[in-house]
Amino acid sequence: MNSIVPAPIATLPWRVIFILLALVTIGTTVLYSAAGGDFQPWAAKHMIRFLVLAAITIVMSRMPLDFWKSITFPLYGVLILMLIAVEIVGFAGGGSQRWINLGFISIQPSEIMKPAIVLAAAWFFDKLPPGKINTFDAIWPIGALLIVPSILVIIQPDFDAALAYIFCVVVVAFLAGLPVIYFWAGGAAIALLAPIVFFFGLRPYQQDRVLIFINPEKDPLGAGYHITQSKIAIGSGGVFGKGFGNGTQSHLDYLPEGHTDFIFATMAEEWGLMGGLVILFLYYLLMRWGLTVAVESRTRYGQLVAAGLTCTIFFYMMINLLMVVGFAPVAGLPLPFVSHGGSSMLTMMICVGIIMSIERHPGLRRGQLS
Amino acid sequence: MIEKRAPTSGQLDLSFSRRTALIGGIQATIGVIVAARMGYISIFENERYKLLSESNRINLTLIPPRRGWFIDRIGKPIATNRADFRVDIIPDRLVDKDATVKTLAQLLSLNQDDVDRITKEVSEAQGFQPVEVASGLDYESFARVSVRLPDLPGVSPRQGFSRFYPSGAAVGHLLGYVGVVSAEEYKLKRDPLMITPGFKIGKDALEKAFEPQLQGKPGARRTEVTARGKIVRDLSTRNDTPGKPVQLAIDVDLHNYAARRLGMESGSVVVIDTVTGDILAMVSMPCFDPNSFSEGIGRMEWEMLSKDERVPLRNKSLQGLYPPGSTLKPMVGLALMQNGVDPSETVSCGGGYRLGNRVFKCLGRHGPMNMTSAIMKSCNTYFYSMSNRIGYDKIAPVAKDLGLGQRFPLPFASQSYGTVPDSAWKMKKYGKEWSGADTLNATIGQGYMIASPFQLAVMAARIASGLKLQPEIMLKKRQPAPHLIYPDEHLAVVREGMNLVVNGAGTAVRSRLDLADVKMAGKTGTAQVRRIEGGQRGQSGAWKYRDHGLFVCYAPTENPRYAASVVIEHGMGGARAAAPIAKDVLTFLFDPEKAMAALESFEAGWGGNIQERMDRQYAAFLASRGATP
Repeated sequence: MNSIVPAPIATLPWRVIFILLALVTIGTTVLYSAAGGDFQPWAAKHMIRFLVLAAITIVMSRMPLDFWKSITFPLYGVLILMLIAVEIVGFAGGGSQRWINLGFISIQPSEIMKPAIVLAAAWFFDKLPPGKINTFDAIWPIGALLIVPSILVIIQPDFDAALAYIFCVVVVAFLAGLPVIYFWAGGAAIALLAPIVFFFGLRPYQQDRVLIFINPEKDPLGAGYHITQSKIAIGSGGVFGKGFGNGTQSHLDYLPEGHTDFIFATMAEEWGLMGGLVILFLYYLLMRWGLTVAVESRTRYGQLVAAGLTCTIFFYMMINLLMVVGFAPVAGLPLPFVSHGGSSMLTMMICVGIIMSIERHPGLRRGQLS
Repeated sequence: MIEKRAPTSGQLDLSFSRRTALIGGIQATIGVIVAARMGYISIFENERYKLLSESNRINLTLIPPRRGWFIDRIGKPIATNRADFRVDIIPDRLVDKDATVKTLAQLLSLNQDDVDRITKEVSEAQGFQPVEVASGLDYESFARVSVRLPDLPGVSPRQGFSRFYPSGAAVGHLLGYVGVVSAEEYKLKRDPLMITPGFKIGKDALEKAFEPQLQGKPGARRTEVTARGKIVRDLSTRNDTPGKPVQLAIDVDLHNYAARRLGMESGSVVVIDTVTGDILAMVSMPCFDPNSFSEGIGRMEWEMLSKDERVPLRNKSLQGLYPPGSTLKPMVGLALMQNGVDPSETVSCGGGYRLGNRVFKCLGRHGPMNMTSAIMKSCNTYFYSMSNRIGYDKIAPVAKDLGLGQRFPLPFASQSYGTVPDSAWKMKKYGKEWSGADTLNATIGQGYMIASPFQLAVMAARIASGLKLQPEIMLKKRQPAPHLIYPDEHLAVVREGMNLVVNGAGTAVRSRLDLADVKMAGKTGTAQVRRIEGGQRGQSGAWKYRDHGLFVCYAPTENPRYAASVVIEHGMGGARAAAPIAKDVLTFLFDPEKAMAALESFEAGWGGNIQERMDRQYAAFLASRGATP
């Protein structure tokens, strides 16, 4: 092998590249079918985007761990400024605004904040002396770290993004070794606060999402339509599906957002339960890879970043899948690597690129000299 | 406390590994939940969701069944279906409602009434339920809309069938008409066919009575549609099963002839086959045009019909009740003989009959009269005298036996049965004893006695045939009718009387058939509408106070084949108004060309056929209301 394949190529993280390629290929195929058997307007773009971003992740994987450490806070700071800028532009423009157009590319700072906040949290716990993990010093900075961007995105309003930040930071904090009692207390507090947030914190359309989720039949043509049609698509697909290109729910537009948020339903209608299990298995491999990298990393920063970013990907996947099978309210989160959409693909690939970098640079065990 | 002790970095490493394993476990659990849920939906609920997916995808449009025909005794069509073109609006697909309706109004020359109705229905309509813009369009209008279709999203021109009555108003009362299902009717059955555009049900008379047979089974068109209702492709079309035809005993040519021959008059003609009892014609004129009723009648046209004193909305043959007048005299003759009166016994007519201190007048001074000559001359004195001898309670059973006051099982929901009075009836109804004067009045078909034109025709048919015929509107094989209880000698006497009415020196000699070998026998009747006051005898003055003219008859005199009754409202006399019409109608049965020639010369004088006269009447009515057609 070594004699045929040059070393730089042989040392590429082929395992994860194959997993992602499989997911993206499935996504491309489904998008091809959803467009009525056409690579335009989604399938070709999806694959090209992946290939370009995959090349970037290879470059990212070459970066040493210290590089990520060094850019963590500048990146976090810039993103906070961009979130504020988005608010101002949106306020001036008289409407909800999530993008910053830099001329050559549109950047959605709330998206990029998701991996960035994981880096920031990991950086903090890495710097925190182990002996202080049970003290208040371990809590307030991480709280501040979380609350600033969360408030900024809730104003937008992008409740889903805030939820993602909270999830990511909580996971990193948990893995960093904060006392378990905090998480029990937090869970209890949510149970108490949830009704209050529901009635006072949520916009009417968000309240609707929750109510309709509890009983989709209540509003079969309104907000519950999404969930009902998604379940019809999955249920009518059966075990082996209706066959490639034969999905009626997506082709006749009954399934809304069939190429983005509800792509899993589009896929399940044509490929059935089997297609769904294949995707779930690929995600299992992806998660296993991410957590293995985390466990095998020898630096605390690497451990926390790899596990945190794996969980960021997992958060997208979990919310999306629970939503399409009718177990979670309708949220605007796409299915990683399968749904069409550049912004989420960029976020996911940033996560993958950093995890690859950690895989390549596991660092030295504590106490060992470099 | 262990918690209080500050952990070392080694301990944190260990906890990281444990906690990562826990997170991995949670992730796997959620993965399993998603897989299990998906499996449940796609395996256990697969059937249900498959059905829902199909009902999303497939749109079922019903095709209204073509209605069964009405055909006459030899298979000629009386009611058919005409292929026509219609235009509907699918409200959900409209882009610019007002502009579309405006363009359609211009293309189809709709009036303001229609535009208001369409605008209202479109704004009230839900989903893909079409709103009818116009039906019964000719091909040119249809084509005008079709070429503009690209500019008119939401407009759907299509081909369908509508009910057509070739005879127009002539068969209105016989067949009734069809119309869209009313909200009340829909509430009872909730059949989606009932609200399918173009579907109509029988609303009156035979159309209503034979609805189950005529309706047929709808066809269906299955199409694949997108969520926005765009039709992607046709999946399959099942053709409709047309309703079964209904064959009537009617001779439609005779029926139409009789309707036309009634001309300007308000009245009825009923013709019965004296061998079978088949109803060959049952005409009531004037009448609405069932074609225009079936398309949905306009407000003005309805107003005109409902205000007409000649009541075009009433079937006079079955629902009209008239004093039968002297047409009863042959029947009374049978009753007299049954009760022992010798038909050759004479009564001398001096112009009237004294009962107590009151003189009941005759129309002339006929001198000595026996039964046949009394029928021929319609001498009241003879019948007053003889009836008074036996009493009316002996006559009433014969009247009933011949069909008067009787109900017949005909498939018409609305019929009138009239009255054959007798002492028990009067006691029950008025609590008074029957008087001699009652007998005299009833004998000449006045007073309490009333009958429908249809019953008079049955009476004539039974006398002519000597059979207890049962009238029948459907053509079918039946048992021969039994003989009447009267001996042939008795029947021969009254038949001879009726023969002399026309062919002797009787009251209807001017209406003799102009045929070489067929003669008609009959009996005239003139019935007063109100009490005679002053010198007026109902022969002049306002139309509605004039006497009714009646005539019952049969032909040929030897071996009768057809019997008929003709009733002309306010025609002033049976001989004058009714008998000439009976003559032409019976002539039509034996020599149609001769009868048609007579009719055409009449129609030239009346100003056209039924349709032309009705159109002119409607135009005049609109003009009188200051409206334009």
